[in-house]
Amino acid sequence: MSNEELNQNPQNPLDSTVDSAVDPARDANATESMPEAGKESLRTDANPEKKTLTRTPGVTMKELADTAAQREPVPVVRPATKLQLVSRRTQIKEASLASLFFICAFLAVLGVSLIFAFVAWRAFPIVHEIGLWNFLTGTKWSVAEGVFGAVPFIMGSLVVVGGSLIMGVPLAVLTAVFMSEVASPRANAIIRPAVELLAGVPSVVVGFFGVVVVVPLVSQLVGGAGFGPLTAWIVLSIMIMPTITTLSEDALNSIPMGIREASYAMGATKWQTIWKVVIPAARVGIIDATILGMGRAIGETMAVLMVVGNAPQLFAGISAPISTMTSQIVLEMGYSSGTHRTALFGLAAILFLISMSLVLTVRLLSREQHKKRKKVKKGAEA
Amino acid sequence: MSTSTHQTKYSTQLQTDPLVTTYYVRDLEFWYGDFNALTNISLDVMPSAITAFIGPSGCGKSTFLRCMNRMNDLIPDTKVGGKMLLKGADIYSSGVDPVDLRRRVGMIFQQPNPFPQSIYDNVAYGPRLQGVKKKSDLDDIVEDSLKRANLWKEVSGILDKNGLAISGGQQQRLCIARVLAVQPEVLLMDEPCSAIDPTSVQKIEDLMAEIKDEVTIIIVTHNMQQAARVSDYTSFFLQEVAGEPAVLVESGKTSDIFTAPIDKRTEDYITGRFG
Ligand SMILES: Nc1ncnc2c1ncn2[C@@H]1O[C@H](COP(=O)(O)OP(=O)(O)OP(=O)(O)O)[C@@H](O)[C@H]1O
Ligand SMILES: [Mg+2]
Repeated sequence: MSNEELNQNPQNPLDSTVDSAVDPARDANATESMPEAGKESLRTDANPEKKTLTRTPGVTMKELADTAAQREPVPVVRPATKLQLVSRRTQIKEASLASLFFICAFLAVLGVSLIFAFVAWRAFPIVHEIGLWNFLTGTKWSVAEGVFGAVPFIMGSLVVVGGSLIMGVPLAVLTAVFMSEVASPRANAIIRPAVELLAGVPSVVVGFFGVVVVVPLVSQLVGGAGFGPLTAWIVLSIMIMPTITTLSEDALNSIPMGIREASYAMGATKWQTIWKVVIPAARVGIIDATILGMGRAIGETMAVLMVVGNAPQLFAGISAPISTMTSQIVLEMGYSSGTHRTALFGLAAILFLISMSLVLTVRLLSREQHKKRKKVKKGAEA
Repeated sequence: MSTSTHQTKYSTQLQTDPLVTTYYVRDLEFWYGDFNALTNISLDVMPSAITAFIGPSGCGKSTFLRCMNRMNDLIPDTKVGGKMLLKGADIYSSGVDPVDLRRRVGMIFQQPNPFPQSIYDNVAYGPRLQGVKKKSDLDDIVEDSLKRANLWKEVSGILDKNGLAISGGQQQRLCIARVLAVQPEVLLMDEPCSAIDPTSVQKIEDLMAEIKDEVTIIIVTHNMQQAARVSDYTSFFLQEVAGEPAVLVESGKTSDIFTAPIDKRTEDYITGRFG
């Protein structure tokens, strides 16, 4: 006997109690007047073609419909509710809190604008003292000769930041993946505090470590003085790693367990699951983390100053001294005057603009992510 | 082995030859750490049929289902005893690759769980894992799987849309398409319809009937109507005392279980009088 026949077994006593001629209509009625629970069990029977397959264990359709009919709701008149009015005090409290928050937010905006305005104002004389074009494209910086070209520092900063990202991001993301996907809770109990501690180490201490340990090592391995991009990359990687790791781990942890299970249940290995499902799902969060790390790297001054060599020259090898915008400003601001000082403000303005565009990128990205989340939520509700 | 004196009632005699079954389970035990969740489970899952697992919440239906594709391996500190043969082969014997097993035994979860990728990439995920690279081959698999999952008509124009941006019921069918794309021999469904809309439920029940000749289906459901409607065989699980292991009370043809249950507790459960 085939399964189909089994299902339609005419001897089934429950089936025979269902009057199929009357039923569909009654179903429709019952469904309308019925509260949640009843609807659930009836709706699947609404399709008359399916009738032959329908068997209602224990209860017949007739019983269900009768039960439903008895449940005719009767409205009861109850006394009207009194709603509490908002007290004057609450109103004042709310309003004053709101203005407090507004003042704080306003101060932040004001601060940023003032700083930028000040820097721009002090940097503006570049236009006639040096020439904007000369400043932005000049490759020579010599205080004695009064020549101020920003290229060595812009390039220095970019080389230092780019290299540290290339080294630091994979290190940080892999650590995050290890913490979130592989490590046992016990291993994490050691790794997480270590990473957090690393975030709290003052940059001068990391710089000191760079000078004492990394510089001699680099000098021995690659030759040269040891002060230069490679050392800066290593030192900066250590500094940006905690930020990127922590934020990436958050992003990875927020990926629902369900999609990992789905991947395993498809016959994926752990690594396939991590590379093809988990990391792509956390992509936006990891990019955010990277950009914040980048912000930290580009603004970092002390540690870089200590290991980069501080020679205002173009990139000439991973172990040859260069200088960055931040370190140059710190080194020369103290004794500068006139055009020299103006040029340093020019460097600050460039730095400001680069950092600003990074922040904006983060904002844009997270807004996109927010949109996506909203979409996801909508999808889940529908 | 358990000391329980429990005796499962069978309206159809258990098979003696594992090769006529898809799953041949004998005296299965399962532990979460010290907690013995299942004991003494013996049942047959017959090929080209739909088997329903029913029982009150917490009676180990999901646990048992997850034993069948070794998903429980992913939970630390779990232990399995007894025999679980898939087409005659012991899936728990040493050296068996759970990853390969899961390729053959697909699973659908209660909450639809598409990857946050495009609909196309979701369905192509399994074939890509197995090394299918040619675009035209993938296109064919994607279309065919979505058709079999009763979803093609709704998504054929939006294959590059995110799998999470469709309705819950569509997401669940997407998950089914994703599993069907790797041509599983068995499909385990853990309450696949409890979180989705009636139209999608209907479509899923239809597709189950359509694919059951090729794919043996096991479905966990709390909806007695659904169990009676879609399944050929039914097994009733019960954990009578909290903290004690759950057992299999009764197992057999759905037509027998729902019309003439042998055990009083089965009858009480399916008529909604307890559980
Ligand atoms: N990961 C776990 N660790 C420990 N105990 C678990 C775990 N998962 C489930 N259990 C326990 O095992 C028993 C069976 O759970 P299971 O999820 O299999 O029940 P179920 O029949 O699927 O219930 P439901 O119908 O609510 O889904 C329950 O007592 C549950 O608390
Ligand atoms: Mg369950």
